[in-house]
Amino acid sequence: MNSNSLVSINDISRDEILDLIERARFFEEHPNHKILDGKVVATLFFEPSTRTRLSFETAVNRLGGRVIGFSDASTSSSSKGESLKDTIMMVSNYVDLIVMRHYLEGAARYATEVTDTPVINAGDGANQHPSQTMLDLYSISKTQGTLNDLTITMVGDLKYGRTVHSLLMAMQYFNPTFHFVACPELQMPKEYKEFCDLHGIKYYEHTEFSPEVIAASDILYMTRVQRERFSDLMEYEKVKNLYTLRNSMLDVAKDNLRVLHPLPRVNEIDRDVDDNPKAYYFEQARNGLFARQAIICKALGIDVLNLKGDE
Amino acid sequence: MNTDKKELAVAALRCGTVIDHIPSSALFKAVKILGIENMDKYVTIGNNLSSHKLGTKGIIKIADVEFPESILNRIALIAPHAKVNIIRDFNVVEKRPIKLPDTIVGIVRCANPKCITNNEPMRTRFTVVNRNDVTIRCDYCGHTVKSDDAIID
Ligand SMILES: [Zn+2]
Repeated sequence: MNSNSLVSINDISRDEILDLIERARFFEEHPNHKILDGKVVATLFFEPSTRTRLSFETAVNRLGGRVIGFSDASTSSSSKGESLKDTIMMVSNYVDLIVMRHYLEGAARYATEVTDTPVINAGDGANQHPSQTMLDLYSISKTQGTLNDLTITMVGDLKYGRTVHSLLMAMQYFNPTFHFVACPELQMPKEYKEFCDLHGIKYYEHTEFSPEVIAASDILYMTRVQRERFSDLMEYEKVKNLYTLRNSMLDVAKDNLRVLHPLPRVNEIDRDVDDNPKAYYFEQARNGLFARQAIICKALGIDVLNLKGDE
Repeated sequence: MNTDKKELAVAALRCGTVIDHIPSSALFKAVKILGIENMDKYVTIGNNLSSHKLGTKGIIKIADVEFPESILNRIALIAPHAKVNIIRDFNVVEKRPIKLPDTIVGIVRCANPKCITNNEPMRTRFTVVNRNDVTIRCDYCGHTVKSDDAIID
């Protein structure tokens, strides 16, 4: 077990979140900092995710490290029936850091228990994806100048969307106000509303994506509504366009409002929003690179803020 | 002490352990947790005995065995009001309630089929998140379950 591992955003404190944001900002200013010279990082993708893998691999490359790994389980030893433990122990012999994505929930937690090599969870089934949450937090902090006292509106699939759940929990330290906008089938689960109650976090639930809600928001966090989430396809047809953001809807928004989306989007944000300066989802994805550089350095115990002049 | 002695003496236990106040519905789960089916000791299992507190209760008596605290405490998962009596020379030398541990290792299977614990040869681990209704949460996948509904291996 290596205590620098990052499995869940819930494992790290307020100070660690703020520290990672500061490091991400550092990497945005100095993206090509060769501090991983001589280090080898494994990216083990038991489940394919090109977007996340490329982001992590770019982060390592820009820091001067090298990458080994596989991009889907069919090419890996696990397809031959090797246990996760054996794969992790084998790879641990070769590398300084493991970045892993797995289709099973809890896989990354288990990996940290079988090796002393630090592990970064790049997604474990429907469970956790902390680097996504960190890039969301970095994007919010960067666009708003703070994480404190913000009004965040979450729209779309609030029931199954793990990004909104993790973001909600990570925001507990920063006195947020939430608006949850979703159809009855995809509302925020009870456990997360109880979490808000327990931590004194204000929240309001809406089934209508109204101008009033948009006007009140600092952040509009859009998510994809997937057809396969509906037991009743008639219901899907009825709601699929109710939670689509159109450019004209942003007329009432505050100047500082930014639209976030974990991507990929389908039709929940109209293309005409892309040119609006409030659209932030492409920069958000780019911020993922800096957030991941920060996470990688933390996992390797490298204090970048005290390294100077070796750029 | 006298009534205890009389009641427990039904099976005339010289030395050993008596676990009392187990809800009837949980008795056989308790038997499983203690691993009694693999023991060669003298064992008495009673069920559907009348109880003021529980309506009906079960009781388990095992001769010549004193279980480690860690095993007994697992019984708390399914029988939070159970009492343990340690018998020596026909006397109850110790009588104490069972204590629910903070962490349950092994025993409970995670109900989430996509949980790593159901797909790797490994032990499960749960954290008790609510002691009142005995809700436990899987340390790996985060799935929570009330212990009444928990799948006990
Ligand atoms: Zn589990």
